[in-house]
Amino acid sequence: MATEAHEAAAGAAGHSAGMPQLDISTWANQIFWLVIALVVIYFVLSRVALPRIGAVLADRSSTITNDLAAAEELKQKAVAAEKAYNAALEKARADAGRIVAEAKAEIQADLDKATAQADVEIAAKGAESEARIAEIRAGALESVTEVAKDTAKEIVAALGGKADARGITAAVTAKLKG
Amino acid sequence: MTDVAETGFAIHPMDQFIVKRFFCDAAHADCTSNIKWYEITNVTVWMAVAVLAIIALMVLGSRGRAVIPTRLQSMGEMIYGFIYKMVEDVTGHDGVKYFPYVMTLFLFILFSNLLGLIPMSFTTTSHVAVTVTLALLVFLGVTILGLVKNGIGFLGMFWVSSAPLALRPVLAVIEVISYFVRPVSHSIRLAGNLMAGHAVMKVFAGFASMAVISPVAVGAVTAIYGLELLVAVVQAYVFTILTCVYLKDAVGGAHH
Repeated sequence: MATEAHEAAAGAAGHSAGMPQLDISTWANQIFWLVIALVVIYFVLSRVALPRIGAVLADRSSTITNDLAAAEELKQKAVAAEKAYNAALEKARADAGRIVAEAKAEIQADLDKATAQADVEIAAKGAESEARIAEIRAGALESVTEVAKDTAKEIVAALGGKADARGITAAVTAKLKG
Repeated sequence: MTDVAETGFAIHPMDQFIVKRFFCDAAHADCTSNIKWYEITNVTVWMAVAVLAIIALMVLGSRGRAVIPTRLQSMGEMIYGFIYKMVEDVTGHDGVKYFPYVMTLFLFILFSNLLGLIPMSFTTTSHVAVTVTLALLVFLGVTILGLVKNGIGFLGMFWVSSAPLALRPVLAVIEVISYFVRPVSHSIRLAGNLMAGHAVMKVFAGFASMAVISPVAVGAVTAIYGLELLVAVVQAYVFTILTCVYLKDAVGGAHH
C-alpha cells in the first residue's frame, strides 16, 4: 500500500514510469462510480427514454400505415365513383336509344295507319268514280240509241220518205246490236 | 512540471490517464495518493458528464414525442433503432428483453469515448478498471443467465458434437479456455485502443513544441484525431456487438 501510494505520488509529480491504468489503488474508486453511472443510465433508459422512444416509433409507423390505408380507401372510392359514373352514362345512352326506337315505332305505326286509311279512302273514291263512269257510259249508250233513232228519222224525212217510227227503231236497234 | 523547466522538452503521454481528486489544488496538496472509493475524482466527473449527455440526448431529445422528430430526437431514435436491430438480429427474438442493458453499455461507452476526445478531458473507458468491470458484468451476466435458462445443458456448448469423437475432449478444453478468455479480450480491446490512441496523440502534440517538426506534428495530431473519432465509435460498436454475440449463447441455447 505504501509503495503504491509512493508510485502514485511520483506519477503526480510528472515522471511516472508505469501506466496509471495499472495503479490498483484507484480501481475501487473507478469501479464504484462506474457502477453508479451504469445504474443511473440503466434506470433512466429502461424507465423513461426507451419506452418513450419505442412508443414514438410505434406511433409513427402506425400513423404511416393508417395514412396509407386511408389513401388506399380513397383510391377505391374514386374507382367506384368512376364506375358508377360510367354505368350511369351507359344507362343514359341505352335509354336514349330506346326512346328513339320507341318514337320511331310510334311514328311508323301512325304512318301505317294513315296510309291504310288513305288507301281505303282512295279505294272508296275509285269505286265511286267507276260507278259514275259506268253510269255515264250507260247513259251515253242510251243517248246514242236515241240520237241514232232521231237522226235516222230525220234522214228518212229529209229523203222524202215517210218515217215508219216502229220500223226505224227496230232497224236501229238491230244495227246497234250488230 | 519541473522536468519541463529543466530540459525544455518533455512528453508525458500517460499523465492524461492519472486519476486524481477533482476538488483539489495540486500545488498545495497531494491529489493522487490514497484515493478512497467514495471520493469525487476526475473519473466521477467525466462519468457524470457522460450520464448527463445521455440523459440530454435520450430523454430531453425525445421530450416532444413528435411524430415528425426534431434533430435531437431523430438522433436518439436512430441509435435506438440501430441497437434494437442489432440485438434482434444477433440474439434473436428472445434476446430483445435485454435490449435496455445492451443500450446502456453502448451509450455509456460511446459517450465516454467521445467525451474523452475533448481536449483536457479524461477518458474513463481508457482505464482497464472500467472496461474489465464492464466485460465482467457481461461475462458473469451471460454465464449466470445461460446456466439459469438452460441448466447444465449450457455446458453443452463446450462439447462440439459435430467434430469427430476423438477430438471432442481436446476441443472442449480449447472451447473452455476461449470462453474464459472472452472477458479479457473484451475489456483489453476497448481500453487498449483508447489508451494507445490518446497516448499517440499526446506524443505528437509534444513534438509540436519543436519548431522544425511542428507542422508535421500538428498535421499528424489532426489526422489521428479523425482516426480516434472513428475508433471511439467503432470500439463502442464492437463492444456492443460482442455483448450481443455472447448473450446469444445464453438465450439461444447451445448451438455447435
